[in-house]
Amino acid sequence: MKQVFTRPASLAETPMHYCPGCTHGVAHRLVAEVLDELGLRGRTIGVASVGCSVFAYNYFNLDFQQAAHGRAPAVATGIKRVLPDRVVFTYQGDGDLAAIGTAEIVHAANRGENITVIFINNAVYGMTGGQMAPTTLPGMRTTTTPYGRDVRVTGYPIHVAEMLATLKGVAYISRVALCGVAHITKAKRAIRKAFQAQLDGKGFSLVEILSTCPVTWGLQPIDAVRWLEANMLPVFPLGEFVTDGQKERA
Amino acid sequence: MATALTDRVLMKGNEAIAEAAIRAGVQAYFGYPITPQSEISEYMAAHLPEHGGAFLQAESEVAAINMVYGAAGAGARVMTSTSSPGISLMQEGLSYIVGSELPCVIINVMRGGPGLGNIAPSQADYFQATKSAGHGDGRNLVLAPSTIQEAADLTLLAFDLADRYRNPAMVLTDGITGQMMEPVAFREGPSLPREVPAWATTGAGDGPVRLINSIYLEPEALEAHNQRLQEKYRRMQVEVRSEAYLMDDAVVAVAAYGLTARIARTAVDRARAKGIRAGLLRPITVYPFPTQACADAAGQVAGILTVEMSAGQMVEDVRLAVEGRTPVRFYGRLGGVVPTPPEVLAQIERLLSEVKAR
Repeated sequence: MKQVFTRPASLAETPMHYCPGCTHGVAHRLVAEVLDELGLRGRTIGVASVGCSVFAYNYFNLDFQQAAHGRAPAVATGIKRVLPDRVVFTYQGDGDLAAIGTAEIVHAANRGENITVIFINNAVYGMTGGQMAPTTLPGMRTTTTPYGRDVRVTGYPIHVAEMLATLKGVAYISRVALCGVAHITKAKRAIRKAFQAQLDGKGFSLVEILSTCPVTWGLQPIDAVRWLEANMLPVFPLGEFVTDGQKERA
Repeated sequence: MATALTDRVLMKGNEAIAEAAIRAGVQAYFGYPITPQSEISEYMAAHLPEHGGAFLQAESEVAAINMVYGAAGAGARVMTSTSSPGISLMQEGLSYIVGSELPCVIINVMRGGPGLGNIAPSQADYFQATKSAGHGDGRNLVLAPSTIQEAADLTLLAFDLADRYRNPAMVLTDGITGQMMEPVAFREGPSLPREVPAWATTGAGDGPVRLINSIYLEPEALEAHNQRLQEKYRRMQVEVRSEAYLMDDAVVAVAAYGLTARIARTAVDRARAKGIRAGLLRPITVYPFPTQACADAAGQVAGILTVEMSAGQMVEDVRLAVEGRTPVRFYGRLGGVVPTPPEVLAQIERLLSEVKAR
């Protein structure tokens, strides 16, 4: 019998704690499949952040470090600078990367740090219970914007991919979405390009992944995917922002 | 351990610390500029790469200590250096480092505070260094050099202790010791032979995966983790180091560390010249604190004068050690002001007259 589907070797045989309909599981699997296909499992070090994915190390079958809130790019920098021939990636949410960790992500990108960042954008803080994130949409209700996000008070959704794409140290940046098979296939392709950029020593790579949080959005899983399509795609355009960047190495 | 000494060279304290770290085999340095320690970063930038190490100027002290975390977790011998406000920013990272049991060396060239304070020498960060590594119940090993030679020697020792206990080791010094020049001889060769630890995340290969982590969701599991850390801190007590100067027949003791101990030593000599049998008790490690040495002195002298460049921080450890058996007095200068030998001598005489009057 031919086996056509199995758990990637880069994923551990551990049941995930994520809520029903959450797309973290899909994103984990895509990263694991790419690491398997590139033959990188044994020489990859992951960095988990603070948020729902804090326990990512339980689900990846890889060496892992757990970082303080927002600091994953600095931790990854420390690892990569002493082990330049290994593959290092961070897995961060929007609160972690785009709020408390803005300094670390901007400077890791600007240095052309040869790491890969998997950035989960679901427009909300999940683990702490659905508070406003920097990526929360205008008018969107969260537990700390109970009447909807008022941009006059709290500003606008931050566009991480576009912002970082202005930096010369960046080798690859794209934004993808986990809504439907076609998008998921594109997401995997983007993740593969990001890791390939690192393998080629080109510099910083990041994939922003638009994701769902059905529980804090107050939606059924299927409705959450539809909500993402209808509401997040217009605000966060998909596509590749940097594809051929190459850090100028003296 | 090789102990052959090379020729003595005249160096700034900050540069001697950096050179000692390079000779200790430091593999990576991450730091952010701040006076009065920037020469450490500059020396590392100039010389660490030629020894095969990685130098990186971080975007903040917050990032620097987290780069230390990553590199230490990847098995490298790693360090950072900063001064007081930078140490405040590193508290978060230090807590994760003790929680994850990562070895690393932190140099704190203390300056006046609170807040931005000034860039003059101070010892006002004693509590911060010795009482807790950030939030939680963690501890730093803390070494307090009094000379440039000792700054170099203790930097080397700090790397060994950090490795031995999988714990951050801090060299706690001050703006004058960092800036002044003295002759220093470096010990040749590496200290402990060092291999990449089995727990380090270097890529799992075909073996079991490794995890660097400080999260234990179950209270019982976190308590067990903490109990293990506390057991480690109890084991660390054997690393206590102190110097007793003219203490054999002393009737009054001065307790001081670092730069203040140098000033106190001069005051003790001047007291002796006046016929006062004074001695100096100098902690070299301030965590672990030389509690027994203080307790022993308490049984011998009529009083202990603690001198610090702070409002009175180490004096609390002296009082805890003495347990009321002898009077403990305090003299401190604040905000970057350095006490002088005549001031300390006057305090010694005052303590003695107080004791006699009782």
